[in-house]
Amino acid sequence: MDFDALFSGLDRHTLDGITRGSIYALVALGYTMVYGVMKLINFAHSEVFMVGTWTVLGVYTVLGVSAGAGLAAVIGATLLALIAAMLASAGTALAVERIAYRPLRKKGAPPLIFLITGIGCSMVLVETFGQVLRFFFGPPFGRVTVNIPSVLQTRDLFTIPGVDLTITNTRVIIIVGAIVMMLALDTFVNKSRLGRGVRAVAQDPDTASLMGVNQNRVIMLVFVLGGAMAGVAALLYTIQYDITKFDIGFIIGLKAFTAAVLGGIGNLRGALVGGLLLGIAEVYASTIWSSEWANVTAFVVLVVVLMFRPTGLLGESLGKARA
Amino acid sequence: MSQILDTYRGLKLRDRLAEAPNWVRKIGMLLVIAFAFYLPFLNILPFAYIRTDLSARGSDWASVLFLIVVYMIAAVGLNVVIGFAGLLDLGYVGFYALGAYSVALFGSPSSPVVEALQSRLGLGEEWAVPFAMCIPIAIAMSLVAGVILGAPTLRLRGDYLAIVTLGFGEIIRITARNLDNVTNGATGISGVPVPPGPEIGGRPFFNTIDAERWYWFALTILILIIFLAFRLEHSRVGRAWLAIREDEDAAAIMGVAAFKFKLWAFAIGASVGGLAGLLFGSKQQYVEPNAFMVQLSFLFVAMVVIGGSGNIYGALLGAFLLTYLPERFREFQEWRPFAFGVALVLVMILRPQGLVPSRRRAREFEDRKTEAQEAAVDV
Repeated sequence: MDFDALFSGLDRHTLDGITRGSIYALVALGYTMVYGVMKLINFAHSEVFMVGTWTVLGVYTVLGVSAGAGLAAVIGATLLALIAAMLASAGTALAVERIAYRPLRKKGAPPLIFLITGIGCSMVLVETFGQVLRFFFGPPFGRVTVNIPSVLQTRDLFTIPGVDLTITNTRVIIIVGAIVMMLALDTFVNKSRLGRGVRAVAQDPDTASLMGVNQNRVIMLVFVLGGAMAGVAALLYTIQYDITKFDIGFIIGLKAFTAAVLGGIGNLRGALVGGLLLGIAEVYASTIWSSEWANVTAFVVLVVVLMFRPTGLLGESLGKARA
Repeated sequence: MSQILDTYRGLKLRDRLAEAPNWVRKIGMLLVIAFAFYLPFLNILPFAYIRTDLSARGSDWASVLFLIVVYMIAAVGLNVVIGFAGLLDLGYVGFYALGAYSVALFGSPSSPVVEALQSRLGLGEEWAVPFAMCIPIAIAMSLVAGVILGAPTLRLRGDYLAIVTLGFGEIIRITARNLDNVTNGATGISGVPVPPGPEIGGRPFFNTIDAERWYWFALTILILIIFLAFRLEHSRVGRAWLAIREDEDAAAIMGVAAFKFKLWAFAIGASVGGLAGLLFGSKQQYVEPNAFMVQLSFLFVAMVVIGGSGNIYGALLGAFLLTYLPERFREFQEWRPFAFGVALVLVMILRPQGLVPSRRRAREFEDRKTEAQEAAVDV
């Protein structure tokens, strides 16, 4: 128990927490949207994120950029990696929906079957990078942690006077990027025609289809949107941590799910609130105790939230709330 | 594949068995049990090809059999939770680990807990809780853990339960790794006690070399557990589980205390998992946190679900296939998790009731399918 360490660096730890939390929040969007529309925990979503991190690595490798490239090259490579990661993650999510979930929906399978299928998909995706691709192409695929070139190098931008907190460019990009993407998604769901369809299906699938909303198309859209957000999260993650691994998704997925439940699953703004709070709580906990217990924090938060406020902080439902 | 299944259906094995006179079934059962006990020495061609130690690099056959039986015990226990009560428990490895750690912490003379007891109570260096006492301790520990975990979470929706239990399994492992002064952390605990027995040839009866004795010991426990599980399935409690699984609201209206029975299923499943973990830890004579990764939980779930959840024979078959095949084909061991994943997805899509489904569950799936089709026609 080391409260001094926490209070002496409170500003720094909070910033760390917000950085982590932004990434959780973006991944949480995928869980929350799918849950809002289908009442299903998409277990394979964590692997959608993992695919995104590998795509970033792939783009950097193909382009041949590495640390210390010129400004134009850095911006170009990062943007390209962003688009590729979004496409790859969205494609993976869509593939999972089409190949695994849709046949089950046609059969009217019970929720348990969906969950187990999700676990199966998750294992297949993890092992694709851990074993199958390694078998065909060798390293970097396999069961070890892989470094991703830190194309976007960390630089100090400015210092907040008074608290003496240095803000770096990567933190600005991560936090601003996450918030911009979430605002864009929020606007899309609330304002656009397709978004209205999503909200309609979330509210009442049967009535929505009577009103001419194509339910299958909405579900596909939800998977694509969630996947794309996971792709953004993947790029931001690689900017901050510079690594990927075949099973990287599991723990982040669990935390993102916790964030979604904490904010109220099915609620887009709840995902942001939940993600940020969870990120901060985790950094505080690992400062007070030790970093090994950081992962336990998320589970404890999850159990406590489910016990005392199972609808989350902001309440659930994608349909009812204007969120 | 479908041809094989059709042939199997054509034989109507199950109907014939059900129609056979009672004494035939009893003798058949005894023969199966006797054959199971004989398995470690199986040497008759062509059956001997199922042995795993035919090539020089193969694994010890009796040890493989032991592991199969331990996983069968775990699968039968998890089947109570998933198959009977319809609750998805993704943290089953947590109970398995608790069982193994209980016997290690209380039974090993070198565990920090026993050392603390020794110095507190003034006991000798060699003193530890005897093995026979460790069994009830392990069962009680995992049972209590099951109740503590279940009491707050079983009121939740089913899919939340899956995630919370998943977290529980990880918490147990992380705690075991980080509580250095209780569990020796990542180093693990050695000197886990073995069941007592007469010395044969200068070695204790249960040792690390003669694995077939461990197998017989575990098999005896498995038979006992299977018997209990069958009795449970057809008891009042079993019928209550069935009612909850099919329609919880209707069951509640009919006066079934859903929460109470779900908690029972959870606690019973947990204690059986603890027992399986105890056997595992005792045979290894060494317990360390990395033996209880979350993948093992998924493996247990896969056993129950691929075999056919709700059917004890299905769980046994699933446990056998998923343990035996990777050991028999060790050269493809790296592909094991991938194959599990593919098998899980395929079974869920093509045959969600599992390879050997329980009849009632198969009918439940059929009903849902018809309902879904009718709903699709209406639209």
